[in-house]
Amino acid sequence: MKIVIRGGRVIDPANNIDQVRDLFIDDSRIADPQLAGSDFTADQTIDATDKVVCPGLIDLQARLREPGEEHKATMQSELSAAVAGGVTSVCVPPDTNPVIDTPAMVHMVRQRGRRIEKARVYPLGALTIGLKGEQLTDMATLRDAGCTALSNVDRSIDNTLVMRRAMQYASTFDLTVFLTALDPWLKGNGCVHEGEVSTRLGLPAIPEAAEIVALARELALIETTGTRGYITQLSCARSVSKIGEAKARGLSVTAGVSAHHLHLSEKDIGEFDTRCHVIPPLRGSVDRDALREGLASGILDVICSDHQPHGLDAKLAPFSESAPGIAGLETLLSLTLKLVNEGVLSLSDALAKVTANPAQILGINIGQLGPEAPADICVFDPTSSWQVNAAQLYSNGSNTPFDQQSLPGIVETTLVAGEVRFSRR
Amino acid sequence: MLPETVNPPFRRIQVDDTGRLTHFLTIEGLGREQLIGILDAAKKFVPSPGDSLNKSSALLAGHTVVNLFFEDSTRTRTTFEIAGKRLGAEVISLNTARLSTRKGESVLDTVRTLEAMDTDIFVVRDGASGTAHLIAKHVPADVHIINAGDGRHAHPTQAMLDMFTIREHKGDISKLRFAIVGDILHSRVARSQIHALNTLGAKEVRVIAPATLLPTEIESLGVSALTDLDAGLENIDVVMMLRLQLERMEGQLIPSTQEYFRCYGMTMERLNRAAPEAVVMHPGPMNRGLEIASNVADSERSLILSQVTNGIAVRMAIMAQLVQGGPKGGRQ
Repeated sequence: MKIVIRGGRVIDPANNIDQVRDLFIDDSRIADPQLAGSDFTADQTIDATDKVVCPGLIDLQARLREPGEEHKATMQSELSAAVAGGVTSVCVPPDTNPVIDTPAMVHMVRQRGRRIEKARVYPLGALTIGLKGEQLTDMATLRDAGCTALSNVDRSIDNTLVMRRAMQYASTFDLTVFLTALDPWLKGNGCVHEGEVSTRLGLPAIPEAAEIVALARELALIETTGTRGYITQLSCARSVSKIGEAKARGLSVTAGVSAHHLHLSEKDIGEFDTRCHVIPPLRGSVDRDALREGLASGILDVICSDHQPHGLDAKLAPFSESAPGIAGLETLLSLTLKLVNEGVLSLSDALAKVTANPAQILGINIGQLGPEAPADICVFDPTSSWQVNAAQLYSNGSNTPFDQQSLPGIVETTLVAGEVRFSRR
Repeated sequence: MLPETVNPPFRRIQVDDTGRLTHFLTIEGLGREQLIGILDAAKKFVPSPGDSLNKSSALLAGHTVVNLFFEDSTRTRTTFEIAGKRLGAEVISLNTARLSTRKGESVLDTVRTLEAMDTDIFVVRDGASGTAHLIAKHVPADVHIINAGDGRHAHPTQAMLDMFTIREHKGDISKLRFAIVGDILHSRVARSQIHALNTLGAKEVRVIAPATLLPTEIESLGVSALTDLDAGLENIDVVMMLRLQLERMEGQLIPSTQEYFRCYGMTMERLNRAAPEAVVMHPGPMNRGLEIASNVADSERSLILSQVTNGIAVRMAIMAQLVQGGPKGGRQ
């Protein structure tokens, strides 16, 4: 199958390309425009006039709820949501049930993902068996089964020696370690940022120290073991400066932030709005602004969705007892573009945070549109906006605080491996 | 400039478009006139000596009040029962423990079941902050919710009876200085008192506790925070003690009860550091010898028993106002 995408503004941050031109796809890969040229006979032509053509988005953290919580969502529903949001690759954290800590689980998740024929699925392997923080997984085996990175998600590895060994062993096999900086004792049963809102509403709080203390430990271990670490989802201003210092000292560390932390603060909780219950919590507006600056300065590399779909009941509870998380796959692109509209990032830099940068962290040849690259492509209309309607998302989760808001950017077409996997009617 | 919040400013659900009180969930956001209106209305519900039943007792005739207490409380529940009955309402009290973790939907299920029995007022107490708000968001417009305490968030009827008692004994709140002493962190009473005192124009409100029991950025509620009780009592007219909630003292918040009493217990000697004729209040139940010495609690400087008596009158006024629709009157 040969496809040509005509007349779009091609933005390919990895290759430093931003120009109006045609994009040729031969079978599952991008074709060299020089070679494709005149004798390229397309089976299908996609008109992208006035549209942006960019690499499909790569989401480093999205829960698909399968296996284990199919009552909330399935790979079918969530991978459909992914391509509807222009996301062509999804990293699945290993906190499924059962945990992704064996090659069999890796194969199962990958195979199931492939069969659905929507977005690509990259399972992250567990760092420790059952995510219990005690015994290391067979990391080399997990790598050979297809994991490019490992994570203990938000289950802390309390024993610092185990964490150090996990990092050393992972680096032996050139595996990136995904780390969540959250001290379990300081987090306690907290559910919101320790600040004005926790004080006003009387909600159990998570101090910023919970993140900074844990981050300091992980950075010390990364520095002394030489491990390649990716810190997921930072929430505090002080964390941004700590990452900045670590990078300046030459540590092999990268860091990300979830899209909602860039647009919301603790104030959005209003009167117990459980849709704003997320972990790490929404922090002060100072923190939100520092996260934005961190993206702009390049200290923060990635924007992820931290997609966590829930059924309706999960949020119909007193705040502290409601389930944390936002269904974010379908708003990831729009919330990233909103940063462009608000002058935080250039369009190309913004797209790099959801394409080229996450691809580089995963060490996979996706997230770019050079010749021979997999044809994972998102075509979107950058000038139109859409109104979020939580009840009508592709995701099974309708838990989004952005419900009824008008957001920029409408996904027109999503291709994965040269096949149209989503097309707006 | 970014807007303060992405979502549109929240509508305060306890007041309708005409400014009428529909629920009583928190003091925060209510106006001075609204509070004064309740306090003035409560005066007529205080029985005069020898008066066994007062004349307004048919205001809630034909109405049903359900006390829904997910967290046990004898004192508050009893005063609400008496308040409802004196107004002529049918009063049902339910003490039901609920499974707290991830079972919040049962709160709404319980309410829906009871709603089907034509309940007019739910008086709700729960261990989680925000439960009364949650219920208020999900009941029909003619059902009223009174928050009888939610987690650490609010206990607005307690704060109102405290204001009533202060006005009765000390007069105009705007001429007085206040100190709230003790476990501010876990106290819904303190939060409601702070909002009430500030709305009524108190001259000064101080909160005094060790740093472990002071919530972050408490100053944003309009108080000054101090850690030294002896210094903090200077010029204070009303000392509002809080119960040290030993069951919530997880995680090394204080080293021992002895040390707590030594540094933050209210003794007569300490009370004498406050303004002359300063009074002491306590929402009860008291831990004698822990946060307050018995000779203070039982002295003529203590308003603790008045608080209990006034609790009934204030709760009657709040119930009456919700059902009557306050000054604008007229629910069908």
